[in-house]
Parts: sequence; structure tokens; C-alpha cells
Amino acid sequence: MEKKRKSWLLQRLWQYLGRNRAMLALALALSIGSSLLSLYGPKLSGRAINAIDLGAGQVDFDTVFRCAILMAICYACSAGLTYLLNGVMIHLSRTVSRQMRHDIFENLTSLPVGFFDRYQTGDLISILTYDVDTVNQSLSSDLLQILQSVVTVTVSFFMMMSIAPELETVFFVTIPATIWFTRWLAGRVRPLFRKRSGKLGALNGFVEEMLSGQKTIRAYGREEAVLEKFDEKNTEAVDAYTVAEANGTVTGPCVNFINNVSLAMVCLLGSMLFLQGKLGLGDLSSFVQYSRKFSGPINEVANIIAELQSAFAAAERVFSLIDAEPEAPDAVGAKELTKVRGDVELRHVDFGYEPGKPIIQDLSFHAKPGSLTAIVGPTGAGKTTIINLLMRFYDVDAGEILLDGQDIRTLTRDSLRRAYTMVLQDTWLFHGTIFDNIAYGKPGATMEEVVAAAKAAHIHGYISRLPQGYDTILSDNGSSISKGQKQLLTIARAMLLDAHMLILDEATSNVDTRTEEKIQRSYRSLMAGKTCFVIAHRLSTIRSADHILVLNGGQVVEQGTHESLMAEKGFYYDLYQAQFDSVAG
Amino acid sequence: MGRLRNYIRPYYTYIFLAVMIKLSGALLELWIPDLMEKMLDIYVPLGEKRGIWLCGGGMVLCAAGCLALNILANRMSAVSSGKITKALRHDLFAKLEGLSARQMDALTVSSAESRLTSDTYNVNQLLARVQRLGIRAPILLLGGVGMMLRMDVPLALVLIALLPLIVLIVWWVTKTSVPLYTRQQSVLDRVVRTVQENITGIRVIKALSKTDYERRRFRDVNGELTDVEEKAGRITSITNPAATLVLNLGLTLVVVAGAYRVNSGGCKSGVIVAFLQYFTMILNALLGVTRIFIMFSKGQASANRVADVLNLPPDLEVLPVKKTEATENHIEFRNVSFSYTGKGDHLEHVSFALKHGGCLGILGPTGAGKSTLVNLLLRLYDRREGEILLDGRDIRTIPTEELRQKFGVVFQNDFVMRGTIGENISFFRGLPEEDLTHAAGAAQAGFIAEKEGGMAAEVTARGNNLSGGQKQRLLIARALAGKPDILVLDDASSALDYRTDANLRHALSREYAGVTTIIVAQRVSSLRHADEILVLDDGKVLGQGTHEHLMNTCPEYALIARTQMGEGKERA
Repeated sequence: MEKKRKSWLLQRLWQYLGRNRAMLALALALSIGSSLLSLYGPKLSGRAINAIDLGAGQVDFDTVFRCAILMAICYACSAGLTYLLNGVMIHLSRTVSRQMRHDIFENLTSLPVGFFDRYQTGDLISILTYDVDTVNQSLSSDLLQILQSVVTVTVSFFMMMSIAPELETVFFVTIPATIWFTRWLAGRVRPLFRKRSGKLGALNGFVEEMLSGQKTIRAYGREEAVLEKFDEKNTEAVDAYTVAEANGTVTGPCVNFINNVSLAMVCLLGSMLFLQGKLGLGDLSSFVQYSRKFSGPINEVANIIAELQSAFAAAERVFSLIDAEPEAPDAVGAKELTKVRGDVELRHVDFGYEPGKPIIQDLSFHAKPGSLTAIVGPTGAGKTTIINLLMRFYDVDAGEILLDGQDIRTLTRDSLRRAYTMVLQDTWLFHGTIFDNIAYGKPGATMEEVVAAAKAAHIHGYISRLPQGYDTILSDNGSSISKGQKQLLTIARAMLLDAHMLILDEATSNVDTRTEEKIQRSYRSLMAGKTCFVIAHRLSTIRSADHILVLNGGQVVEQGTHESLMAEKGFYYDLYQAQFDSVAG
Repeated sequence: MGRLRNYIRPYYTYIFLAVMIKLSGALLELWIPDLMEKMLDIYVPLGEKRGIWLCGGGMVLCAAGCLALNILANRMSAVSSGKITKALRHDLFAKLEGLSARQMDALTVSSAESRLTSDTYNVNQLLARVQRLGIRAPILLLGGVGMMLRMDVPLALVLIALLPLIVLIVWWVTKTSVPLYTRQQSVLDRVVRTVQENITGIRVIKALSKTDYERRRFRDVNGELTDVEEKAGRITSITNPAATLVLNLGLTLVVVAGAYRVNSGGCKSGVIVAFLQYFTMILNALLGVTRIFIMFSKGQASANRVADVLNLPPDLEVLPVKKTEATENHIEFRNVSFSYTGKGDHLEHVSFALKHGGCLGILGPTGAGKSTLVNLLLRLYDRREGEILLDGRDIRTIPTEELRQKFGVVFQNDFVMRGTIGENISFFRGLPEEDLTHAAGAAQAGFIAEKEGGMAAEVTARGNNLSGGQKQRLLIARALAGKPDILVLDDASSALDYRTDANLRHALSREYAGVTTIIVAQRVSSLRHADEILVLDDGKVLGQGTHEHLMNTCPEYALIARTQMGEGKERA
């Protein structure tokens, strides 16, 4: 299981690296070149020492100088190649991490809206930043190190072979020991790193959520309690970190130990060989140098393998997000919706967010082109759910929804959604100027158009009193701008759009009634000839609707015009009368 | 960086101990080449086998000691850097919680978040690695140089002469890369913000078919991040090859110089062999040191960002008590004015007094200053002029904790968090179950009982599985559950249908009669029973008094009341 997952992970990671094969090949070539050059150094220095070892007054200066010059050239070229190699690897790893972030984001934007109700924003962000970064870091530095190490080890091995094959027997003990040990440790630390990534994500999720509710927390004076909760998560994150770190860093000293022991063994063995006259002192020196060069990279690789475990843990989280199931693609041969008339019909629609918990059952109604349908009913009756279905944020469980006689599932989502203009109760503004926020739905909108929309939404006066006017930057909390004003801004955004159908879901719930009435006038001109769906609690605002759907418990309990419903003296009548309860009593 | 020192200080002894252990390990390791030199230079030429075995055995023992000490020291450094990070995060979060709305707006939530996680993480990495590599590497470096000096001064001087050059390279790289890392973190803030906006606005973005636009927007900021990362990476990557080159050239010089020394009988050729050993060691140590400097650049950029927040001046400090007036009024505003921007007035000369158990209604068009008044009362901002008194005491002299405990508040579009319904109502106060149930009953939140699990039913992120009306009732239950002295409902029932709203009003007047209440609303029906109604427009008070009084004296109020109720009544 674990093994399968690992090979799957490697395969996925390779997909990213594989896209940049040319760069990878270049890196490999540079790496081999620079390693060969730097490895040639000890060979030269060994030769020089052999020339020096002739004793006082007998030093072969010609050889020494020739070797020294060659050494200098070798090292200079090697450094140059290393620098180039670093450049290539940095570029490669940044390209990969950019592609990863890109893929994560592309998939995030194609996920069904329900996905985001299940995950904390901060946790998702943690994947996109911390986890991608962790993967990336090991790709840039570790991959490079591994490349170089492999080359160095191989070359050193052959160099040593050429000096004294007998001495290599030592490595038959130490190399397997290193490999076995590293593998054992890697298996042990992987789950620890997985936990580290997860806990950090949880911490991030908590932080993000609590910071967004900071005002409320302060108003309730709950800073201490929230801080305690934070400390819990923080402790978990730090503990997970410490345990992973403490276990991961065992590798270095251990492999170092193996190497030091092998050095001792090489020296002992080498001395014996020297005593038997099978080896020169210069040779022994070169061999020891190589064995150090040899053990250095093994040491590095072992360390890296420990570090790679954190990258694997992070990659798991990254891919879980890239692979999250996106919205079902448009049906094969889905049609682009053109020339919308705005004839909407629901036929025997059943729907529930979770299986077995129906919200809407057997709902049918017909909205003719250009009509105004009001949806009323007590809180939680399923009004917003209808909007979710009309916009195809969710698909119906049974029945069908027809637009101009076509099942909306046979249309492309983009063209379907473009056919509507929607204003929601939950206002959404982004960090940017007021102008950008209003013009958001209509790229290339002119200042005149934006001002006209703002005027129609009765927010122009407020904007023009701001010191920077339409260039005022809205920040995430935007505490100096009220909820009602935010709603007016989103209404202005909608005013700019030119769709054939309009959905207003409690769009003016935080706006005062007089402003609302003024907006209604603008709306009426906006709504002329369009099919409109309005959800509102203020029944006074929907009296003029052509058709009123009264929902209760997911079903239409009454429908008709205001007058006919009032005459029925049923559910609607009760709802309507309730607003005057306090006047009466 | 100075701020960080305060966090490290409590661990000085612990870190010192870890450093000493690490140091012992490093010294043991230094001894290994020394033993090797002895073996190769003294015992091998003499053919003294006992000496050779002793040296070899010594090397193995040194290696074992080194192993134990290093593992111990690494563990200690992971523990101390973890603890320091924990304390740093704790303080940072506490600070962020206490920031005034104004400060938080300037900082932005996304930046606060990445400072709290990404930046503290960088600092953590810096601390851990400096302890792990930062001791061993410089000691190996100094020790290596020392050993060389002991063996042969002239040859060692060749190397020492080169060190300033390396220092210069490292200095330049650090200086150039710190600003780049700082920029990298601030671009990261924007990446975070873009993602955050896309998650919270997913419905709007999909409804407007703006997915492609958002993807482009992300592509831009993602590209920018990649560029600055690459630039920083490229600068720091100079260090390694440059330092290696300098050192290797030094090595070449040593071979040449050594040739002369040996030729003139100044030293043995074994010294050169040992020198080459030390050189490899010094080179590795030096690369370790330069890596620390790279981490230092990154860590410093992050530490500065953390310190920026920690150093923000405290806002809204509690003033010393001057005088407390004897008064019957529970809440009193005296000629209060306020502006968010410092320019213009968002609230002008507001005065009112409210007795214990009284009810104040606030009505007015969008942007009239209704929520501003609530913000001032809760001291989320300080008024610019005038006085706000609670039981005759200036609210600025009341300790924040004490002040806030008196209130139960529902803001417009208030905060619902992931968790259970019960947790959302209790809201970190650890209230008993019966209080929650009772409050939920009064808040007309009957839907809770109908949900599977009741109080334990799950609420998804941002309360997205609740309807607008359900959220509002949940929030009202939260405000009531703490049995507050003062209840503030800022447009808290706008998503409720009229019948539920009316029931809520009845429940409040029946069960919370002694609670002083402030209600901000758009519906006259929600306010008309109030003891006093404040009609605001554009920050100014247009009218003030009871419903009957205002119907006669305030034409704006009368107009609103008539359009909302009068007409409806006639038609009905």
C-alpha cells in the first residue's frame, strides 16, 4: 500500500519534471561536467604530491607546476559549470512550482461550490503555499544534490578502483549499511512528516477563520479563549514539527558515523598495504581524499532522503487538491446558449444536498419570458436552493429544469450562467478599486457606464464623497463601508450586466426600505422584458410580482398573484399579516 | 531581528548546552584527521603496527562519540527552536487578535495569515538550522584552520589570506538577497489573497463566468512570485561555486608553496597530505556557513515581517479612571462625533441616554452611521469627540475584558465558524447546555432541534449549510446565551420572515425584559416599541424620541413608517 502510493507519487512528480525534459537533460550534463572536473583535482594533487614526496631538494617542480596549473583550470571551469547548473535547477524548480500552483488554482476554480463548504480556506492556502514550497525546495536543492552525488560517487568509485582496488572492500560493508539504514529511517519518518504538513494546514485553517471573525471575537471579549484554542493547534503543529525534525536529523550523524568508521578502516587497510609495499604514500593520500569525496555525497544523499520524506508528505496534499473531482464536465455536445428568451420551467424536481435528506420534493413551476416570479416562504424553506439549481451550481436529483424548452444539463455551464444576472445576499467584494469591483462583470466598461450603474444603485453619492472616489481601494474587512453599502455596490455590478434573466436573492436585505424602493425603480427598467426571480422577506417589495411561489418545507404550498393569495387567506396571508403583528399588538 | 532575541533569551542556557554538546562532537570529529595524520606520517613509515591499530581504534571511538553527541544536540535544537516558534506565534496571534479594525484593514487578513504561518516557519527553520549547522560548520572551519597553523604556519597563511575574499562574497549576497526575500513574502501575500478571494467569492465568480479572468489574474501574480523567487535564488546560488572556487585555488597554491617548503626541507610531504584533508573539511564547513547566511537572509526578511506586526503601537488603550458620575442611565452618548478616515464625519453630535432595561432603536438609510454607533459603543474604535458613558463611567476607562463582557452582540453579516451549532452559540465561553438551548429557544432557532444531532449538528465553513435566516437566529442565540447586560442587534433579523421576527420580539420582551437593548433595523415594525428611536441620516440625527413622537415631529420617519406599514395595512 505504502509502496504503491510512493511509486504513484514519484510518477506524479515525474510528470511535472518530465514537462521540462530538455532542462533536466541540460542539468544532468552540467552536473556530470562539473563533478568530473572537480574530481579530477585530487588526481592532479595526488600526482603533485608524489612529485613532492621525492624529498628535500629533489622535488620535481616541472610536474608540480604543470599539475597546479591544470588544477586551477579544472576548479575554475567546475565553479563556472556549477553556477550555470544552479541557474538551470532554480529555473526548473520554479517552473515546476509555478505549474503546480497553476494546476491547483485551475482545479480550485473548477470545483463544485459545495467543495469549499467542506474545507477551511486557510488549509487550502497552506497547500498552495507551504506544501508546494516544500516539494519545490526538495526538487531544487535535493534533486541537484542527488544528481551531483550520484555522479561524484560513481566517478570516485572508478578513480579509487584505478588506485587500489583492494581498499574498496571496505565499501562493501559501509555502503549497504548506509542504504539499509537510510531506508529504514525514511519509512519511520514519512508518517511524521505527513503529520507535520497536516497539522500546519490545520493551524492555518484555524488562523484564517478566526482572523476573519476577529471583530466578533473582540466584541465578545473571547480573545483569551480563542488564544487558548490557538495554542492547542499551535502546540500540535510545533510538536509534530519537533518530532519529525528530531527523527529526521538522526540520519546525518548516523551516516557520518558510518563514513568516519569507513575512513578509519580505509586508513588501516591502506597502511597495511603500504607496509607490504603495494601502495605509495601519494596514492594512499589520493585514495583517502576520494574516500572522503565518496562518503560526502553518500552522507548528503542520506540527509536528502530524510528531507524528501517531508516533500512526499507535502506532495500528497498537493495532489489531493489537484485531483479533487471537478464539476462534472459539460455533457458531450452541450450546446452554447444563444438568443435567450427566458422561458424557465421546473418539472417534478427533487433535490437534496446530501443523499437521503431531500430539501426540495416534486417542485414544479413555470416562469414565462419577461415575467417576475417571487419566491417566498419561511426561512430554510429551500428558496436559495432553487437558485442554486437554476444556476446549475448543483444538479437536480430527479426531474428536470428547462430553459427555453431545453434541459439545462444539455447546455454549457458558462453560457447558462451568463444568461443570468445574479445578486446574492452574501456580498462579495475583492481587494481592488470601487471601479474595478463594479466593472467586474463587464470587462472594458467605461467610467460613464460604471457611474450610471452606481447612480442606478444609489451608491454614487456615497462614492463621490470618498476622497479617492471610484479609485478608493476596498480592503477585505472594509470596516468603514457598511453591509448595506456593500450590497449596493454588488447591485451596481449587476446593473452593468446585460443578461436576459435576473436573480435577486435577498439582494437588498441590508438596505433601508427607502433606498430599496429607489433601487426598485432602477430595477424595473433593468428588468424590463427579462425573466426575473426574486427572493425577499419584505413582502411589500414583491407585491407586484406576476407570480408568487410560496414555499414551505421544500414544496410549493401555494402559488398565484398577491391578490389571489391574499384572497385565499392561507399560508401567504398569514406570512403577510405577520409583518403587522406588532402594529396591531 | 532584535525582537527575536527576546524570544531566544529564555533558552540561552539550553541552547548553550546544546552548543557545547555540538562543540564536543565537532572537536571529536576534528581529532579524526589528526589521528589519521599520526598514523600515516609517524607509524606507517616506521611500520609500527600497534600504533597503527591504536590510531585506527581511536578514530572509530571518536566517530562513535561524535554520533551520540550530534544526535543529542540535534534533538535539543529541534526542541528549542520549536518552543521559540511556538512562543512567537502565540504572541503574534494574541497581537493580531487585539489589533483594532483600522490596523487590521491596513494589514489585511491574508498578510496576517502568511506572517503567522509562512514567516514564523521561516524563522523556525533559521533557528533550527543555525543551531544544527551553525555551530558545527564554523567550529570545523576554525578548528581546521587552527590545526593547519599548528602543522605549518606559512602554508596555513596561504589559506587565511583567502578568507576575507569569501567573507566579502557572502556579505554581498546577503545584502542583495534580503530585500528580494522581503519582496517575495509580500508577493506571496497577494497570491494568498487571490486564492482567498476566489474561495469566498466562488459563487459570484461562477455566476459571472469570470473563471477565466480569475485564472489569468492568478497566472499573473503566480508568475510574479516565480520571478522574484528565481531572482533571489539566483543571487544566493552564487555563494556556493564562488566560495568553492576560492578555496580550491587556495589548495592549488598550497601544493605549489608546499613543493618549495618540502624542497627546502621546511616540512614533510605528509603535512601536505593532511593539509589537503583539512581543506576538504574546511570547504564543506565553509559551504555550511554560507548556507546559513542564505537561510539567514530569508529568515531575516520573515523575522522583520513578524516584528512589524508585534511592534504595532497598541490602539485603544485603557485610560485611568477619572470620575464616575452617579446616574440612572445605563448607556449615555454625549455629543459624540466620529470619522473613520479622519476626514469628514461619519457620525456627528449624537446624544442619547438609555436607562437600565430600556430599548433604543436606530433607523436610517444605508451608510447613515448606524453600525458606526455600535462600533463606538463596543469601543472597536474610539470616538473623536464627546463622551460615551456606561453607568456614568467613560468607556475608555473600563478594562476591555470587563467592558465586552457586558455585551451580547450580533453584527451585520456576523461571523459563523466551522464546528457545531452548539460551539457557535457558546462561542468559546464554555456555557452550559441549558443556557444554549434556552437562548436558542428565545432566538426562535427551532430549526436546531429539527437538525440531526441538534446542538451537535455540523456547521460548514462560513456557515454555508445554513440559510441566511438560520444564521441570523444562530447569531442572536449566541448574543443571548451569555445573559448580557446589554444586547446589541445590528440588523440582526433582516433575513427573518415577518412572523419569525415578530415572535423573536415577543420572546425578547418576555424573557429579557431587564436587558438594555439596542436594535438597529430597517423595519419600523422591529423598532416601534422602543423607548427611544434615533433616526440617522449621513451621520446626523434627524429625529429622536418615541414612535408616536417621531410620527409627529420627524417627517422622514413618518414617511418610512407609512410606506412600510401604513400602506400595507390599508391594502391588507
